[in-house]
Amino acid sequence: MSAPASASVAGNAGIDLDVGWKLHPQVALRPEPFGALLYHFGTRKLSFLKNRTIVAVVEALPSHADARSALRAQGIGDDTAAQYARALGTLAESHMIVPA
Amino acid sequence: MTSMLERPSAPVGRLVDQFELGLDAPICLTWELTYACNLSCVHCLSSSGRRDPRELSTEQCKSIIDELQRMQVFYVNIGGGEPTVRSDFWELVDYATAHQVGVKFSTNGVKIDKKVAARLAASDYVDVQISLDGATAEVNDAVRGPGSFVMAVRALENLSEAGFKDAKISVVVTRHNVSQLDDFKALADKYGATLRITRLRPSGRGADVWDELHPTQAQQRELYNWLVANGEGVLTGDSFFHLSAYGDALPGLNLCGAGRVVCLIDPIGDVYACPFAIHEQFLAGNIVADGGFQQVWQTSELFQELRSPQTGGACSKCNHYDSCRGGCMAAKFFTGLPMDGPDPECVIGNGELALAAAGEIPKSSVDHSRTGQRRTPRAPVPLTLMVRPPAKICDENPLAGMDQT
Repeated sequence: MSAPASASVAGNAGIDLDVGWKLHPQVALRPEPFGALLYHFGTRKLSFLKNRTIVAVVEALPSHADARSALRAQGIGDDTAAQYARALGTLAESHMIVPA
Repeated sequence: MTSMLERPSAPVGRLVDQFELGLDAPICLTWELTYACNLSCVHCLSSSGRRDPRELSTEQCKSIIDELQRMQVFYVNIGGGEPTVRSDFWELVDYATAHQVGVKFSTNGVKIDKKVAARLAASDYVDVQISLDGATAEVNDAVRGPGSFVMAVRALENLSEAGFKDAKISVVVTRHNVSQLDDFKALADKYGATLRITRLRPSGRGADVWDELHPTQAQQRELYNWLVANGEGVLTGDSFFHLSAYGDALPGLNLCGAGRVVCLIDPIGDVYACPFAIHEQFLAGNIVADGGFQQVWQTSELFQELRSPQTGGACSKCNHYDSCRGGCMAAKFFTGLPMDGPDPECVIGNGELALAAAGEIPKSSVDHSRTGQRRTPRAPVPLTLMVRPPAKICDENPLAGMDQT
């Protein structure tokens, strides 16, 4: 297994929570006990979702009109939404998720 | 590894700790399609050369691919021997990519002519890795055999001309090529390829040459410094994590993934914990005899053992244990060192001390080297020899009647 290290993502403001998002069509999500693996067949990059909540959020994205609703459906209110927005921002930067 | 998300809720522990406990399916795995090879590299990890008569059939290989698809194994590293010598090689590659299993295959370049290069340039989800162990023919051919440098470079040229993007050049770092790292990088840049460097292990025929070929302590330091300065964009196969004890951990997965996130499927369907550990001790089972790959991966005794919490033994007391995790299992095993002690190339020097008291070096019974060719890399063998009958019954010269290519 060899994946090049990516540049640091300090300063990531997060995705726009008020639009719809979905997994990139070339991405496979594989659930694991700790969360999930994401693999992009086009870029060949591997990513990890480190807890089940974020996995549930990502899986729920396509069935919500916007990301904020998907977060709310997982019990994540506006007070904690920012950190999820940043986590999702990292996924957007590596093209794992795209605007719906 | 790219994004590591923050953990807003209850901590699940570090990802590395999770991986040590194993996954339901490997992240990727190495699949050696054949033990046949036209070369006889001195350090071959799989002691390849001769085809094994029990080699899996096309249909058996496709069943494995079906399983990998079901298990969502994202990609396979196909190798051997020389995988392209199988007459069903393309059929299998196409089958894999049509079933959501990406392919990266490792080759010495023998079959990568312009036509093949064009085919590769037109296909999705197939990555090519050309093996090269010297930036000059002199250094390379001493390990891989006369003509092998030229063959590899020709493959790179063909791929580049055909518009294939981002081939890999894979280099096993040795005492004689550590000084050529910049030259390798330049070669990769010249052909629009990505450089991958990987650690020499005393595995397969590597055991015979390890003492002379493995980098010295001073060279390891040099290598570490080079990776820190130039490593952005250079792949390492996660094989230099034992060097992390020098300072900042190198990017990549810093632990032994054997039986936890990776494994090997060999040409006869045997499943080993790692391609560098082809030995009974690390044999988890057989795909044909033991109910398929998923069964072996998820339930074999060996893998359960490897996935149980490891103590780390003497190494866990060392300050650097967290970054090196005790090093490479195969490197320890094939130098006669205990699993719960230091890596033979421990950068603190504990390995050298341990080697002085090392036990007998285990030999693998799995050896497909051509007779008399364990230590001398001969010239490439024309592959058609394997199926072509002699021109005349009494003809002793195996090349009789053949066009010299």
